[in-house]
Amino acid sequence: MAAPMTNDQSWFYALALGVSFLKCLLINAYHSTDFEVHRNWLALTHSLPVSQWYYEATSEWTLDYPPLFAWFEYGLSHIACFFDKEMLVVPNLNYASPATVLFQRLSVIVADVVFFYAVKECCKCLREDKGKDLLGKPSFILTGLLLWNFGLLIVDHIHFQYNGFLFGVLLLSIARHCQNRHFEGAFLFSVLLNLKHIYLYIAPAYGIYLLRCFCFTQNSSDQIMQPLFIDKSRSSLFIKGQLPQVLSRLFPFKRGLCHAYWAPNIWALYNIADKAFSILGVKFRLLDINKLPKASMTGGLVQEFQHSVLPSVSPLATLVCTLLSILPALFKIWHRPNGARGFLRCLVICALGSFMFGWHVHEKAILMAILPLSLLAVDSRKDAGIFLMLSVTGHYSLFPLLFTTQELPIKIFLMLLFTIFSLASLKTLFRKGGALLNPLEVTYLLGLIPLELICEFVYPLTVWQKTFPFLPLMLTSVYCALGVTYAFIRLYNSLLTCSDTTKKTKMQ
Amino acid sequence: MENWSLFSLCVLLGLTSRWAVSFHSYSGAGKPPMFGDYEAQRHWQEVTYNLPVHEWYFNTTNNDLNYWGLDYPPLTAYHSLVCAYVAKLLNPEWVELHASRGYESHSHKLFMRATVLFTDILIYIPAVLLYCFYFCDGSSKQKVATALCILLYPGLILIDYGHFQYNSVSLGLALWGILGLGLGWDLFGSLAFTLALNYKQMELYHSLPFFCYLLGKCIKQGLTGRGFFQLAKISLTVLVTFALCWMPFLSDPKQPLQVLHRLFPFGRGLFEDKVANTWCSLNVLIKIKTLLSRETQLFLSFALTLLFILPSSLKLLSKPNLWQFKLALVNSSLAFFLFSFQVHEKSILLAALLMFFLFVFFHSMLPLLVKDGLLLPYVVTSLAFLFLSLYLLSHLTRTNEPLFWYFPFHFWFSLVAMAVLSFTSVWLEPPAKFPDLFPVLVSILSFLHFLGFIIYFNLVQLMEPQRKKSQKKTN
Repeated sequence: MAAPMTNDQSWFYALALGVSFLKCLLINAYHSTDFEVHRNWLALTHSLPVSQWYYEATSEWTLDYPPLFAWFEYGLSHIACFFDKEMLVVPNLNYASPATVLFQRLSVIVADVVFFYAVKECCKCLREDKGKDLLGKPSFILTGLLLWNFGLLIVDHIHFQYNGFLFGVLLLSIARHCQNRHFEGAFLFSVLLNLKHIYLYIAPAYGIYLLRCFCFTQNSSDQIMQPLFIDKSRSSLFIKGQLPQVLSRLFPFKRGLCHAYWAPNIWALYNIADKAFSILGVKFRLLDINKLPKASMTGGLVQEFQHSVLPSVSPLATLVCTLLSILPALFKIWHRPNGARGFLRCLVICALGSFMFGWHVHEKAILMAILPLSLLAVDSRKDAGIFLMLSVTGHYSLFPLLFTTQELPIKIFLMLLFTIFSLASLKTLFRKGGALLNPLEVTYLLGLIPLELICEFVYPLTVWQKTFPFLPLMLTSVYCALGVTYAFIRLYNSLLTCSDTTKKTKMQ
Repeated sequence: MENWSLFSLCVLLGLTSRWAVSFHSYSGAGKPPMFGDYEAQRHWQEVTYNLPVHEWYFNTTNNDLNYWGLDYPPLTAYHSLVCAYVAKLLNPEWVELHASRGYESHSHKLFMRATVLFTDILIYIPAVLLYCFYFCDGSSKQKVATALCILLYPGLILIDYGHFQYNSVSLGLALWGILGLGLGWDLFGSLAFTLALNYKQMELYHSLPFFCYLLGKCIKQGLTGRGFFQLAKISLTVLVTFALCWMPFLSDPKQPLQVLHRLFPFGRGLFEDKVANTWCSLNVLIKIKTLLSRETQLFLSFALTLLFILPSSLKLLSKPNLWQFKLALVNSSLAFFLFSFQVHEKSILLAALLMFFLFVFFHSMLPLLVKDGLLLPYVVTSLAFLFLSLYLLSHLTRTNEPLFWYFPFHFWFSLVAMAVLSFTSVWLEPPAKFPDLFPVLVSILSFLHFLGFIIYFNLVQLMEPQRKKSQKKTN
């Protein structure tokens, strides 16, 4: 590069601005019902008093995020009046005028500034090699992997959500821990929990790490501060006496083991096994077909159902499985913290474990594992290999979210863009020491191509499209579940066999 | 990172922006009875599929030439025919004779957009990649940066994927022609360019440089020996290509004449709409359109075009090398755009293919794009393109000066003027006495720029000793 060897950070702004332009071009793309969800929340926070926010049920999309997010929507609604006042009227269901679309899309794009700042802070935690070519610098690669992350782009800017902003808070919290500013890190995490409760998945990692490293090793004032922070934030919601209602909205357990589109987790494999056994059972006359419950789980509706052959799974069972899956990791960092990198690894495992075994998991939750893993990927070869497996598989599992024909080329182009970038840049970063992926892994990933061709191009033209419309979704979930499980096992392996804390860690 | 991965990233970014722009509106959307260019293309599919070849260019009961009659050469018609076959497979209603007039639907829009993307991937993008790989000097990073800038050029994206046209086919074929000549494959280059010419007659803008370059090269090789042989081969290639394209129309002498009449509508007047060329701008001061007779207008435009194109062509004839060829392409297309008859805004794309200050050209299309409801993509892509090219330029040229001093002040002044004009065109109401004030101002401003460019590039071409190519992307 001809640029002078100063601390030239302009490439960061180029990448940030470039991705923002792309997001602007996607303003007119398809948006899911989540768009109406957020419009409804804008309307109800604007028009109703606080005491009514969690009781309002005119629309089916009731408020099911914690109070801080509701305040965020309240703040946005004051800007929304300048775009189109009609969107703030609660009875205006499915209102989507051009001004509304423009405002909502722009709010996501602008909120991403938090994410940009967080990524910049994360880059500061990396070790930099002086004199390296820009395209081979870890900070450049990390910026590309995070700012241009395929999953975030399509979930936030097409499907419509505010994950960029939320992940920004998470990454900032992680960055603060890496920079040894632990109070800020803990505070940011409590803020995050009050914005979206799904981050409870990784709360155990935070809890154990903070308790281990700071509450029991330093003086007593710190010992008091940490738990206080976490509890105080949760209770400072100024909603007195509404806690049961709020909790029932936040944790809707009536919703069913698998979300409509079957996240690629253990339960997808479990369901398939159950279905396979029941079919075999009927074929070999071991089961009476009339005694089996109707095949409602291949439908797309969100409801509870019974398994036919294998034991049914209750929410409590999933909770137990999840805790069991993350317990070894928590023990490991309790006994041997290994600094910030160990904490990050444990965090990823908690996120992935909850994804694998949780109740009513949405496939978007895979992003909670992929994004923090990017930080590890630019630091070590093994993690780069795991990251490639998880990110390609996880991103591919998001394809069913965008099912319209118009968005098909976009999702393919963007997926290829991110995959090629991650493969090429990580390969360049770790060029010494052989290939990042072994042949089996490469074959598995290449298998995604015929899977995509079959599910989206060939299958719709066959007769089975009418009788078994959800077969492609099932195939996608099951195939991806294999990859995700594999990544989970490898991550655990690297955590449990990693060298001890006496080795000089760069992220301390 | 390896070259192949960088180039694929550029291509994917280009493809993503193209398809994202295609989500927006197209020309004439929801505007009966005439609609726009989108309906014209659909109508040509209808005509070519349902009617026999000898009726395509004629006014018959089945083919009303007043409703978007075919006015491009035969290759466009064949292309429409192929698209029509595909359309018939997907949904016969799209090309039903008469009944499909004004047909608009979401799936039809997807189909039409997909046809543009397909030809883009097939013809234009490979040409750009090869061009950047073989003919750009500098490091591999600079080549990739050039490819990225060319692929993200908003003008072509918005006209092809927004307004709706197939310029990427003719421009791509012309670029293949340039590639052929550059690699020394004169026959291939001539073939490609002849095909481009048979796709859109606008490529005539580039024909004189091609002709002069090849003729000059043959003369240099000696007209009595190898040169003559080479000339014969090239002429034969061109003639055979023409014959093949026009074959269905050669049976009856009336046919080619009618086609030519449709291609060159001298009956339509000096200009239509507000275009950034001399006549439109001059018309503001003197109403030449009404003052002069049709024949005088024709003669005047012909004479001035020839006047402006002659010096450049003669220079190329005397010194047929690639650098001269590129400059001549620029000058020739600018001359045709500024002075010829019946020019449309989109013709400027031809000159744009080879110039650096593409932004001005793009800006001149603003009135058209606003009419089509493409304001948002216009703003986003032009800002992105401007930012990207300035950023890449400042980082890839070996300069330590801040970007501000690198360009002369009139560059920044032009940018500010264009920004102000864009803003006022959209947000302010024109005064009642001059309802077309803003489109006209845009045209005049752009015209002044183009005039400046043609003078500058003519000077560069005519006075140039063999100096090294500048670092700017004037390739």
